[in-house]
Order: sequence, then C-alpha cells, then structure tokens
Amino acid sequence: MNRNRPLLLLAVALAACLAWSAPEYAAAERNIILATTTSTQDSGLLDVLIPAFEKKTGYFVKTIAVGSGQAMAMGRKGEADVLLVHSPEAERVFMAEGFGTGRRLVMHNDFIIVGPAADRAGIAGMKSAVGAFRKIAASQALFMSRGDSSGTDAKEKAIWRAAGIKPEGQKWYQETGLGMGQTLNVASEKQGYTLSDRGTYLALKKRLDLTIQVQGDRGLLNIYHVIEVNPEKWPKVNAAGAKAFAAFVTAPDTQAVIGAFGVDKLGSHLFFPDAEKREEDLGR
Amino acid sequence: MELILDGLRKAFWLLVTMDPEVFGITLLSLKVSGLATLISTVVGISLGALVALARFPGKRIVVGLVNTGMGLPPVVVGLFVSILLWRSGPLGFLGMLYTPAAMVVAQAVIATPIVMGISIAALQQLPQKLTLQVLALGATKPQLARILTKEARLPLLAAVMAGFGGVISEVGASIMVGGNIKGYSRVLTTATVMETGRGNFETAIALGVILLLLAYAVNLVLTHIQQRERPR
Repeated sequence: MNRNRPLLLLAVALAACLAWSAPEYAAAERNIILATTTSTQDSGLLDVLIPAFEKKTGYFVKTIAVGSGQAMAMGRKGEADVLLVHSPEAERVFMAEGFGTGRRLVMHNDFIIVGPAADRAGIAGMKSAVGAFRKIAASQALFMSRGDSSGTDAKEKAIWRAAGIKPEGQKWYQETGLGMGQTLNVASEKQGYTLSDRGTYLALKKRLDLTIQVQGDRGLLNIYHVIEVNPEKWPKVNAAGAKAFAAFVTAPDTQAVIGAFGVDKLGSHLFFPDAEKREEDLGR
Repeated sequence: MELILDGLRKAFWLLVTMDPEVFGITLLSLKVSGLATLISTVVGISLGALVALARFPGKRIVVGLVNTGMGLPPVVVGLFVSILLWRSGPLGFLGMLYTPAAMVVAQAVIATPIVMGISIAALQQLPQKLTLQVLALGATKPQLARILTKEARLPLLAAVMAGFGGVISEVGASIMVGGNIKGYSRVLTTATVMETGRGNFETAIALGVILLLLAYAVNLVLTHIQQRERPR
C-alpha cells in the first residue's frame, strides 16, 4: 500500500493537470490570428487595442508578434488572418501577388538614427538619412543592423540602397538578427549607430547610452497598414474576423485611442492615427 | 547590481500582491510543463524499460540516438511541431497551433528523450543477478519491468526532475508553437523574453526569480517523494 503512494500521487497530479489543461475550445470562426510586428507589441499598444476589440466583437485574437517579413510570410501561407505591418514596399508586392484582399493605412510614427553621443561619424542634426548613412560608411563607424527582415530592417536596407552603398560584409557593419529592443541594447553596449523606430527607443531610453542623431527626414516615416489575408488562396483564413479587425483599427474611436497612446507614460505621442489620410500625404 | 535588487523587490511585490496576470502566467507554466513532464514520464520510462530490458540487434544505436535526443534543441522541436500544426500542414485540421495544448506537445517531445535516456541508464545499472532472481521466481516480463522500475526509483525520479527542468526553462519551442499570447499561451519564459525586449528589465528579472522559485517548489515535492523511502 505504502509503496504505491508515489504512483498514486503521480496519477492525481496527472488528473489535475488534465482537468486544468482542458483547452478552451472556442469555435474556430471566433478565433483570429493577427501577425504583427514586435514594435506594436513592445510599445504596449496592442495590450490596449486587443482587449477592446475582443470585448466589442467577441472574437478571440491570437497575436503573434514577429518581424514584418515573417508576418507577411505567414500571410502568404494562410497561417494568419490579418496583418498589422510596416514594410510598405514589401506590402505592395504582397498585394500585387493577390495575397491580400484589403490594405488600409492605420497610423505612422517615425524612424530615427541613434548613436553614441561622441558621434564619430559626425551626423548629429543632419536632415537627410541617406546623407547620414553615407557619412557613417565613409567614417567606418560601427553600425548595428537588425538583419531580420523586419519592417525596420527593410527601411534600413532601402536607405543603404538609396545611398548607393553595399554595407553587407563590411567590418563596421554588424547584423544582430534580434528584435529592436535587443538591437538597441547591443548598439548601446558597443557604442554603434542603429536605425530604430522612435517608440521602442523612447521606451528603452533610460537604459541606453545612445542619443538621437538624425530625425525628421520624410524618408524616415514608419507607416503601418492593416492587411486582410485573401481567403481565396487559403480557405481556412477567417475573412470575417480579419474584416472586423481591420474595421476596428481604422474606426474613429480606435484611432483616437492610438493617437493618445503613450502620452501619459512616456510624455510623447508614439503613433499618429492616419486612417482618414492618404499615404502620399503623410509627413507633408 | 541595483537593477537586480529592483528585480528581486519587484518579484517579492508581485508574489505578495498575487498579481493576477503574473499568477496566471505562473499557473500556465506549471500546467503546461507539468503535463508535458507527466506524458514524458509515462512514455519515457515505459520505452526506457523496453529498451533497457530487451535484447535486440542495434540496441547501441538506439541508445545512442536516445542519448542524442536528450540534447534536442527546443527551437528545432518548435519548428517541426509548428510545421506539422500549420493550417496547411498535415495536422492543421486540429487547429492546435498557438494553443497551450501545442506547447504541451512540443515540451513532451523535448522531455521524453531526457526521461528515457536516464531511465535506460538507471535500469541498466541494476545488478544483473536481480533480474535473474526475479525471473527464477517465475515473474512474467511485465512483472519484471515493474519490480525493476521500483528498484530504480531514485534515479528514475531524477529522470523526471531532469525532464521537468528541461521544459520549464525552455523558451524556443514555447514561443514558436504557443505564440506568447497574452492571457492565453504566455508562460514565464516567453514573458521574460518579451519584457526584456520591452526594456522592462525589473519585470524580466522578477519573472526569472518566480520561475526559479516555481522550479524549486516542484523539485522539492519530487525530492520529497524520492527520498521518503530509501532502499535499504
């Protein structure tokens, strides 16, 4: 009898675990998968928007925070229903190839070039991101790249292309392959330059030994769109749920929440709502 | 250094106030890893006993494979389980990706070779004479397995602890197949990664401390079972 007690204990534990873990079998059509970027999650914006959406519509949102590149890859395979991403060039390709049914402007903020206060490349206060990148390359100052196909990474690569420089493989150009927060930490430790979205930088600022060197270039706009994945390519895609989410994030009430987000905690706007605007008009 | 103290303070605060979100995350970690460990205990010890006690050609190759499996990288397991569970994948009809159940599956895959490998070693180091004696007394094969398993209880519980330690601490598979969804599939390790990314280092440290406390509590229970009846 006594010898069997461990076995009994294990059995009880197993039963308890089974009872606990009974998955909440929500009907599949009430679930939507939102593939988005780490910046929307890391800024805390989604923690405000998602519960409001769930309460309003009864959908259960599975938020998968990855880079924009991976989010679109999920959309291409029908593994996500709706995308909230910030990589306009890649998004246009995505739409042209018929993977999305609708793409709507949601909000924007901006990218900034940050670097050590010592500013070896001498770019502080420059108005042109392309010019600043040229100076960084010319002075061979350390530059940390995300290197992860995220929206920020795509923007950075686009600036290098515009500058006519191929930084890959250069000694002063290093790829972290990490998210924005971690890349900023690495840049701070190694005293290198990097391109960051303003929101993540502001959130981490107090622990970083980096200052804003370049900002305000129209080419540094960081524009977010919501994309509904095309259910014709993948029948399992929850098109109704995606539509509801896209309608929600572009609705006036939600847009007001987006505009006010971050003001109380960080003392500055993190996102500017744009649902009523056109992409070409931003930053003018 | 100051940061670590802040983290400890925060951990203490989260624990005494029973912060509902952290409490939920901790409970889910325990549920997912506990269930995965139990599955891997049943499967790992059974298969381990089978391999340890049976004689068959290529046994060394099998044992070598199991021992390699003990070092299975969680991200690789996560990747394969994800691909299988994709909507477009072979098990997509289950709709299981990004659920706690998927995390249990991935963690069970990680823990099973650990439990199995240690079980094989534990059973193989029992004296050969014991097996002969039990068989001579007329025991059937299943009876033999049961008696030997009881005999090797100490190292077998160590196998369970190693399995649990392997999964409660892993992050790669959990974040891939669970998705770190707030209030649903967020566990202590994935929350720690996210809070680090957000620059909330105190919270990240606090979650790490809670994770250690949880692992200690579970191991305390298992150690209690293990040490209660020492074989004379």
